[in-house]
Amino acid sequence: MAEIGTMHYLVVAAMLFILGVVGVVTRRNVVIILMSIELILNAVNLNLVAFSRLYGLHGQVFSIFVIVDAAAEAAVGLGIVIAFFRNKETVNVDEVDLLKW
Amino acid sequence: MTPVATTFFFYFLAALSVGSALGVILRKNAVHSAIFLIFTLLSQAGLYLMLYAPFVAGVQIILYAGGIMVLFLFVIMLVNLERSLKEEQFNRQWLVGTIVALLFGGLMLAVYRNGAASFPRALAVLPETSNTQDIGIALYRNYMLPFEVASLLLLVAIVGAVVMAKKRI
Repeated sequence: MAEIGTMHYLVVAAMLFILGVVGVVTRRNVVIILMSIELILNAVNLNLVAFSRLYGLHGQVFSIFVIVDAAAEAAVGLGIVIAFFRNKETVNVDEVDLLKW
Repeated sequence: MTPVATTFFFYFLAALSVGSALGVILRKNAVHSAIFLIFTLLSQAGLYLMLYAPFVAGVQIILYAGGIMVLFLFVIMLVNLERSLKEEQFNRQWLVGTIVALLFGGLMLAVYRNGAASFPRALAVLPETSNTQDIGIALYRNYMLPFEVASLLLLVAIVGAVVMAKKRI
């Protein structure tokens, strides 16, 4: 089999990214949508680390910043989910229409 | 030094992560999705190890698989509804969304295929024994300001999460 190069990692990351996008646009459960966002961020991280193999350490440092952002996003997003569930007793995104009139 | 069986491990970890990602977006039960997501994260940590990034792999396991997933499981436990298992799990526009996402994936692959020639031939010199040390030096020298901004972001996220989850503000 062929030598494993950067391209292999990029293709895996692209597949994970697309699966994350599909999860975000198709699912109704908001918790699973947040998990799909984590998938997307992980795909980006994989790209960054794969390129850091070519261009030096900066990609790894940046992927740590991405992980920090993911943690902050998960905390705030899940807080919003809890606050919303307390008011509307649902976790489906298409029933979230408080701002529509 | 070339590690043994690199090809096998790469394809194994890649298949595990992509298959588990499929499980994340297809399972009905949110707890099953969370377990699949843990598998994806762990196999990605393996891929980071294969890319000579042991520090990022450790952060991935400790922070993602250990921290963020516990948060997710707690929230699933708090909001879990018997009702939501019986409901329709996918939007009405799922077909259009999937097609558009796959088209975007095709675009990405086309860009990769045409741009692969511009990648540098040689790999960067990354000594794996001092990886953590090098990342620390980079974080506290070149990336000092982004590091502080990240700490501020985490503070804001903590305050925001507490305010959101409080019963009465």
